[in-house]
Amino acid sequence: MRQSYDVIIVGAGIIGASCAAECAASGLSVLVLDKGPIGGGVTGTCMGHIVILDDSEAQFALTRYSQRLWNELATKLPEQAEYVRCGTIWVAADQEEMQEVHRKYKSYTENGLEAEILDNKALLKAEPHLAADLAGGLLVKQDSVIYPPAAAYYLLKQSHKNGAVVRSASEVKAILPEGAVGFSCGTIITGSVVINACGCQAPEFSKMAPIKKRKGHLAITERRDGFLNHQIIELGYLKSAHAAAGDSVAFNIQPRKTGQMLVGSSRQNDSDDPSVQHHILSKMIKRAFKYMPDLRDVQVTRTWTGFRPATDDKLPLIGPDGDSGKIWIAAGHEGLGITCALGTAKLLCDMIMNRPSEIDTKPYCPSRFAKGNTEDV
Amino acid sequence: MSDNVQITINGKTASVTPLTVVATALACEGVTRFRRSVTGEPRTPLCGMGVCFECRVTINGQPNSRSCQVLCEDGMEIVTDE
Repeated sequence: MRQSYDVIIVGAGIIGASCAAECAASGLSVLVLDKGPIGGGVTGTCMGHIVILDDSEAQFALTRYSQRLWNELATKLPEQAEYVRCGTIWVAADQEEMQEVHRKYKSYTENGLEAEILDNKALLKAEPHLAADLAGGLLVKQDSVIYPPAAAYYLLKQSHKNGAVVRSASEVKAILPEGAVGFSCGTIITGSVVINACGCQAPEFSKMAPIKKRKGHLAITERRDGFLNHQIIELGYLKSAHAAAGDSVAFNIQPRKTGQMLVGSSRQNDSDDPSVQHHILSKMIKRAFKYMPDLRDVQVTRTWTGFRPATDDKLPLIGPDGDSGKIWIAAGHEGLGITCALGTAKLLCDMIMNRPSEIDTKPYCPSRFAKGNTEDV
Repeated sequence: MSDNVQITINGKTASVTPLTVVATALACEGVTRFRRSVTGEPRTPLCGMGVCFECRVTINGQPNSRSCQVLCEDGMEIVTDE
């Protein structure tokens, strides 16, 4: 193996893999390192929902840009990536939440997205297993689902075709300021730049990555073909996702290409413990029963947890770490890492190569968290 | 020793000693294909303790029953390789 590269990427999750594919396609020599297997972190434990969100203008811009890139890639993805454009239904429990349906509809359609307001009858026609008393919902048509580790594997394979070297089971001990990585055996590999794409582990290598772990639980069911047609999320999810403190659950269910269903979601801010906690799981499943009572007859076959890499302002860190131009960060996407992966990679590669970007990169710049810079946030 | 219990495996009658685990009964009767994966590959018990879900069969009409967690009962009908 050569000992110098244009770009060294630490982390072979969906973000690192996307960066590798983009940088290698742009003609850079690339080395990807991960302490574990490909997609062995949150990429392997998350839902894989490619979804547009509009909590902020910057979030909307990045999710929309990145989703468009996924749409363009969709036909090239292998069968194992299990890509399905099933759409998302945001479910309103009551009339108050229907107001949010109307707001979201206006915001999405004004920006050229396809959406449709569903009343109670239309909602039940689209998803017959939902509870009969729900007020309605918003169908967002271009959202899709994917199996993230397989997508990460595909992206790394593409990068490899363009000359990238991918090494799993290679634990980096330090990212060095001169743009190199060090291993515990003493070996140092140099690069023109190093990208920190370590998700929840990003803070171990960077002072400029104020990323917190937000624990989530997921359950997957047996195969039930035709039971579920869309990814469904309760609109209360946004309240849950925004809760700064405490544990919360929200109904979120996803149809897999295999006929299985992935059931979520939970959010815990102060847990480092990866074990499944039954009081949280039980709360999450009961929430699902409230929205979809027929789920009581469906067996869950596995449950697990994962940690979302979260930032305080709900936006990822994409950009330079410090002023040297040697170290870069692409991390902190919380629940939108899969959605934003391709867009993140494009933006970061644009910055590294000094190319213009399609969307404004400033809102994601890690320096917004630097001391004395907090008013800019 | 109490009498054996009679079960049927894919329509064929078998006789097993009481308190035999279904997965064991199936193995003793020469069943190797317990279920099929999403892509149609054969699956057989792995963990034997209810965690891996590889040993799922249909027991008395209930699909996806973990055969390693159920004891044979008289008249039980088991269908495998689905």
